[in-house]
Amino acid sequence: MDVPTTLNGYELIYKKPSTLTEKPFHYCPGCGHSVVHRLLMEVVEEMGIQEQTVGVAPVGCSVFAYDYMDIDMQEAAHGRATAVATGIKRILPDKFVFSYQGDGDLAAIGTAETIHAVNRGENILMIFINNAIYGMTGGQMAPTTLLNQVTSTSPYGRNKEAMGYPIKITELLAQLPGAYYVSRHAVYTVNAVRKLKKAIEKSFAYQKLNRGTCFIEVVSNCPSGWKMTPVESNKWLEANMFPQYPLGDIKIPKD
Amino acid sequence: MIKGTVIIDRDICKGCELCIVACPQESLGLSKQININGYRFAELVQDNCTGCVNCAIVCPDVAITVYRQPKSALKKAV
Repeated sequence: MDVPTTLNGYELIYKKPSTLTEKPFHYCPGCGHSVVHRLLMEVVEEMGIQEQTVGVAPVGCSVFAYDYMDIDMQEAAHGRATAVATGIKRILPDKFVFSYQGDGDLAAIGTAETIHAVNRGENILMIFINNAIYGMTGGQMAPTTLLNQVTSTSPYGRNKEAMGYPIKITELLAQLPGAYYVSRHAVYTVNAVRKLKKAIEKSFAYQKLNRGTCFIEVVSNCPSGWKMTPVESNKWLEANMFPQYPLGDIKIPKD
Repeated sequence: MIKGTVIIDRDICKGCELCIVACPQESLGLSKQININGYRFAELVQDNCTGCVNCAIVCPDVAITVYRQPKSALKKAV
């Protein structure tokens, strides 16, 4: 869509990035996925690397990420996005490669692939969207579900005796020497979105310098799965998710 | 104060209200009509937008385009 650069003497200061396709997002109202899609594509547009970027789409709500991002993309089997990204980066080392996964994909079925990709220090950017639930299939309990959180498969709340504790995969991965930059962000306010954009910019810059794996967790909401309005879900996120998943840089480069 | 305005694509907006909460000027509100998908969409309800881009930054559907007065216009007014 061509957007006029001036309107009644006002200048254009913000528009949809040209690296996103025309297709409207299929996500539920208020979902954080599309904000992260947009930020990735804004960074790609600003860095001028549309031709050099390859993304790997996951299985989950964001399975159609390749429909929205106007770059080269590859779909991976459930949980194996980082393994596919490894292959792409090794064949095409001068391309910018990122994988994009949710918590059911990265922290449940793909735990092995994720840990080993980071342990090998693959020079890719891994985006991890954590909404504490399997959003696509109807809000079932995920490994990242909070204690006592009610989901469709834990109707009395997550019980630690039967179902274990929520996994902090980002802290786990930060211990590995292959991880270069590990950070946790959110998209619930304007400031948080701006910080996430900076982190993505940094990660692509590190990838250019072949520094190792960059891992960004995005604590996101799931209004449909949590059965809340988008505004309520952001408040719930702030009150309940952040004590378990505190925001900030977990591993920052020493040099 | 610099004035701005937003153009909201009413057919893409899903009425999640995140922009309404993010707007420091309370310029935005939900419409009384519905769009082609059956959602009430966000629209400008007051003419006090400053073009701060907050609404566009939080908009999950990239439905908002922001325009702002050039800085030179402000100097002329002073």
